[in-house]
Amino acid sequence: MSVTSINSSTTGTGVALPVVEAEHLGLTFSTNDGDVVALSDVNLTIEKGDFVSFIGPSGCGKTTFLRTIADLEQPTSGTLRINGQTPENARKDRAYGYVFQAPALYPWRTIEKNIALPLEIMGHSAQQQAERIKRTMDLVNLTGFEKKYPWQLSGGMQQRASIARALAFDADLLLMDEPFGALDEIVRDHLNSELLKLWDRTKKTICFVTHSIPEAVYLSTKIVVMSPRPGRVTDVIESNLPRERPLDIRETPEFLAIAARVRDGLRAGHSYEEVM
Amino acid sequence: MKSGLTLLQAVLAVVAGGTALFGLVGAAISADAELLLTLAFGFGALTLARFVWRPISFWLDGVAAALIALTLVWALPRGTVMPGHYWFGMVSAWAFAWLFVDQLSAAIRKGTVPRQAMGLLIPAVFGVSLLVMWEIVTRGANVPPVLLPAPSAIGAQLANSAPILWADFVQTFVKSVIPGYIIGCLAGLVVAIAVDRSPFLKAGLLPIGNFMSALPIIGIAPIMVMWFGFDWQSKAAVVVAMTFFPMLVNTVAGLNAASSIERDLMRTYAANYWQTLLKLRLPAAGPFIFNALKINSTLALIGAIVAEFFGTPVVGMGFRISTGVGRLAIDLVWAEIAVAAVAGSAFYGVIALIERGVTFWHPSVRGGRA
Ligand SMILES: Nc1ncnc2c1ncn2[C@@H]1O[C@H](COP(=O)(O)OP(=O)(O)OP(=O)(O)O)[C@@H](O)[C@H]1O
Ligand SMILES: [Mg+2]
Repeated sequence: MSVTSINSSTTGTGVALPVVEAEHLGLTFSTNDGDVVALSDVNLTIEKGDFVSFIGPSGCGKTTFLRTIADLEQPTSGTLRINGQTPENARKDRAYGYVFQAPALYPWRTIEKNIALPLEIMGHSAQQQAERIKRTMDLVNLTGFEKKYPWQLSGGMQQRASIARALAFDADLLLMDEPFGALDEIVRDHLNSELLKLWDRTKKTICFVTHSIPEAVYLSTKIVVMSPRPGRVTDVIESNLPRERPLDIRETPEFLAIAARVRDGLRAGHSYEEVM
Repeated sequence: MKSGLTLLQAVLAVVAGGTALFGLVGAAISADAELLLTLAFGFGALTLARFVWRPISFWLDGVAAALIALTLVWALPRGTVMPGHYWFGMVSAWAFAWLFVDQLSAAIRKGTVPRQAMGLLIPAVFGVSLLVMWEIVTRGANVPPVLLPAPSAIGAQLANSAPILWADFVQTFVKSVIPGYIIGCLAGLVVAIAVDRSPFLKAGLLPIGNFMSALPIIGIAPIMVMWFGFDWQSKAAVVVAMTFFPMLVNTVAGLNAASSIERDLMRTYAANYWQTLLKLRLPAAGPFIFNALKINSTLALIGAIVAEFFGTPVVGMGFRISTGVGRLAIDLVWAEIAVAAVAGSAFYGVIALIERGVTFWHPSVRGGRA
């Protein structure tokens, strides 16, 4: 199954390469107690400017797929191109920012120094660093916590700091693995709409893993429903919601229709599991 | 409990007050009891009132411990074995001191006594108690000074031979231990980084390091003396050999301490080897490296002193100890041991302080959740 987005008109040329192109992608982990098929025959194309959500039961390979895009895991079959390159070259080009499922802040660095880490490595000037730290910390509502250490912050604040860190160096592709999982509903709403605004303003491409159907529908132009054992894509749902999305769009019939389809897709995946 | 004490404290209070009471009775029936000691016993026995009257401040226990200990020491110089009530006094002073410290630390935990000032008081009480007991036992039981001199005799020796002790300290600590320690630790660190980078070196160098560490110091010291001469250079070389391996193994382990997600992060930034080393792996290895620095601070001193047993110019702590034993100058030997103990603890303490400053973020230092 190969799906091409209808929402690919963000570049003027019209012949832009897809940002992510997976063909028959498979990944099997060999462990001591046998092989684990984490991904099997995944076909997916993500165009520039897409906001793609990945949703599916725990263990269906969402993290693995994101890590494969990031060249943190090597596929065992099929092909994967990022911006027309191999994942390794894309990584070396610093093509993406990655928000891990855990905050992964360095405990010996203050929050601002943690956000400065990629900037230091990529050789930004001190002035640029200061300016970007300020901007991204503002974006995730952490102003005032610059000099704190990660362990002095709550889990949700740490997660926001890790989002700021991924945003700081302005990669065109953002890979976010359940970034808002540890946040309360209100902060989550706030960050959801901030993320949408950022996406709309910067034309970034975003891959976003979530367990929340409303969040997936609210954010995405494309929702990828996955199911486990073996991890595979069972449905790809295009969203026709407008790019401009106030929070109360979540009560409209269009929204609810898409949410229902996602839910059906998830159910199908679960029943498959029982048949096995 | 009526006295407001835990079970342990109550037992200690009974022992302390009870032995003070026995001491009082003993002093009363003996002909030549010291008046001040008898009075101190009386004070100690009075603390038993806490069980029938009302709880008393733990500072009174401290006062009782100090009073009894002081009068015991004051009553000492007789040159004979002390009578029975005297030994009750020692048990009583010890129990009072323990009781005092136990209640004091409870008070610090509850926050009724400021932590900073009092954190020093507890080790001080321990140290002083130990010295007082030592003094009392050696002199009260008339122990021959060759076996164990009294702390007061060692103290007098410390004061009398200060120039000798200072020269020994400079020779052993400043000239041998410090340079050897710095070279050994640095070499261990650098080799660990090299070993970590290359599997070939890992296969080759780790066993050699292991082999070196297994060599007994008694064996390498004479060889180093033959190679590097009698002066401090050979001692520094022994210290290098002793400190190298702990640093090597600890750093190799520490360089793998960073979690896989922390490394993945560096990978997503396409960070190069040196960036990853400096910004992630070395900081993460900090607690391991400081562990080695602390172990080595004590090893280095031992190494230098023992190495001096095998040939040295006529100065140095190890030289003084080995010749002092032969000449039965036991006080001087003990004074030298005291200097070594103080220097070693201070060295360790400085490293530990730096560690607190550098690895402040580690859960073991900040005392929080991981
Ligand atoms: N390094 C690994 N070695 C072996 N098996 C692995 C490894 N990483 C993941 N797996 C397996 O691959 C499958 C997919 O894991 P993955 O982490 O991608 O799930 P997920 O969809 O992100 O789940 P969750 O929603 O719980 O985060 C799981 O069955 C998991 O056990
Ligand atoms: Mg996951």
